[in-house]
Amino acid sequence: MDVVNLAFVAAVLGSSAPVLYAALGGALCGRAGLFNMALEGQLLWGAFSAVTVSWWTGSAWAGVVAAVVTTTVFSGVLALGAVTWRADPIIVAVGMNLLALGLTGFLLRELLDATGTFAPAGLPGLPDLDLLDGVPVLGALLGGQTLLVPLALLLAVAASLWVNRTSVGLRLRGVGEHPEAATSLGVVVPRYQRATVLLAGALCGLGGAQLSLGDVTAFTENMTSGRGWVAVAAVMLAANRPLLVLGACLLFGAAEAWGFRLQGLGMPQQLTDAAPYLVTLVVLVASRLRVRRRLDEADPVAAVSAAHPEAVVHPEETR
Amino acid sequence: MSDLAGRLRPAATSALVPLGAVVVAILVGAGVMAAAGVDPLRGYDAMVRGALSVSNIDFAVASFTAILAMSLAFALPARMGEYNLGGDGQLALGGIAAAVIALHLPAPAALLLPVCLLAGALGGAALASVAAPLSTRAAVPVIISTLLLSAPAVALTSYLVRFPLAESGSSVPQTPRLPDAAHLPSFPGTSYTNAGLVVVLLVLLLAVHVDARTPVGYEIRVAGANRGFAAYGGLSVPRLTLGTLAAGGAAAGLAGAIIVMSQPFRFIDDALTAPGYTFAGIAAALLAGGRPALLPVTAALFTILTVGSAGMERDVDVPRQLGQVLQAVVILVLALRVLASRWTARRAADAAGRKG
Repeated sequence: MDVVNLAFVAAVLGSSAPVLYAALGGALCGRAGLFNMALEGQLLWGAFSAVTVSWWTGSAWAGVVAAVVTTTVFSGVLALGAVTWRADPIIVAVGMNLLALGLTGFLLRELLDATGTFAPAGLPGLPDLDLLDGVPVLGALLGGQTLLVPLALLLAVAASLWVNRTSVGLRLRGVGEHPEAATSLGVVVPRYQRATVLLAGALCGLGGAQLSLGDVTAFTENMTSGRGWVAVAAVMLAANRPLLVLGACLLFGAAEAWGFRLQGLGMPQQLTDAAPYLVTLVVLVASRLRVRRRLDEADPVAAVSAAHPEAVVHPEETR
Repeated sequence: MSDLAGRLRPAATSALVPLGAVVVAILVGAGVMAAAGVDPLRGYDAMVRGALSVSNIDFAVASFTAILAMSLAFALPARMGEYNLGGDGQLALGGIAAAVIALHLPAPAALLLPVCLLAGALGGAALASVAAPLSTRAAVPVIISTLLLSAPAVALTSYLVRFPLAESGSSVPQTPRLPDAAHLPSFPGTSYTNAGLVVVLLVLLLAVHVDARTPVGYEIRVAGANRGFAAYGGLSVPRLTLGTLAAGGAAAGLAGAIIVMSQPFRFIDDALTAPGYTFAGIAAALLAGGRPALLPVTAALFTILTVGSAGMERDVDVPRQLGQVLQAVVILVLALRVLASRWTARRAADAAGRKG
């Protein structure tokens, strides 16, 4: 394999890492029976808090920790609203996404005294994995990336093992698939759902930090620009399975990396920017059509409700 | 007497929740202003003046036109439980469609104006319609497909105004000024407010009428209440989905066309999506609780918030994004309306228990 191709794979990994973090969080929530659509806002908040604390403390890692902590707190809105108080998770998510957009723009001016973009000289970003330089394939793939990129890949594998191979993971699946049965076995369904939503918040914090302190070291208003929604699409595409989520996110990353290539060849940026969304949508439709066909044969009622996966499952309401 | 009170109480609580949401948002805003070192009274005064003072009301009413149309874009599909979050794309596509027709069709105003408005509505409707078969045939939720379609549509219009439709010699990515025949006539003494307001109000009246007085409106509400029952009762859910999404997209496209056909009579890149009409419209629709007749009231409120926050930024130096924050707070409090209904249900159950 020549270096150019490895460089392309490296670009794909870098582009997909933030989406992958968010999508893993979304997939775990999906497994617990909650369709998490607040990923966009949580990613954006993570990106903002990472840059702010990195600037204040002079340490990018402090920024990462702050992003994880504050985004987890932020995801508490969803945990409290949609799980504890059983409000419509879509409306809560729409509110959270808008809140993150408004609040980051507001605080960007109030705290950092910047409009639009904050990228001062001396803003500490996450270091590249220099120690891999010179290592054959790994150096080319990950040498120019931050630690958060390989961590995202590892977490995808870990999440898959956790969900499929541990007893806690089994209970989590039970909560999503059959809350009544889980309850009768003594599993407190809302507790599992709340914990998963908070975990997804922490993951979005990591994804946001990678976005704003990884490849570029800057915060721009609305810098996630739909990545959280691509993550939601990836979750659907993968039917909540973490390893398939990884595949879906790599596909998104590939579309984005191709876009940059085409830009280099003179294609207008406005057209290449659209590629990741269109690719995601086309693949999503194709995969859902296959699922739908299978469902139609087996269970027409399930096929109708498959278009509305956003309803939360509450044990007392399924009774 | 107690019967009347019993019937009034649910009505009172259903009005209480939206009012409560607005009050909570105003209090949160006051807290944020105080934290930013601005007297909240001065801040809100600047916000209201930024929207309603004599020099600003013209622009505010024009924004109200756009926000009202965008609230229809969300409210119409929401009536049957589909969430259209792709308003930005539909808005931009409608705007560019109107601009293309206006620039290339040499026709008198009497013909050009309706054709341009229609082209805008069709542009928005076409984009929104794509989401319908994706939902009914491929089971991709509308909320996701509309959003994923929106970003490429906005990018496409951005490309078009930079290259094929760009005004030559201009450094701003924008189309040339539309011919006079495509300028919506404004009222005496106004420059931003124009016939577009009348068009949107007529569309709203039509929506209210269809919703409340026609079989289709009833079918849409049945499908919203219980999709499985609607299908069982012989209603075509795919057709209703397509119809409501197309109607919502048409409202958004119409808003785009009206913006382009108003001052400064061009499609300027970003000018349609940057003010945040889409989310103001969503917030207005949610606050109206799906009742189209309430949309003018809630749209007016969010117009003050959106337009006024720019005035607030100018006058007392509070970032305009506070307007977005307050919109989000209203939406979040509204999401918790289930708490209020559960609370009244418990109260009613207690009262029944005491009687028995």
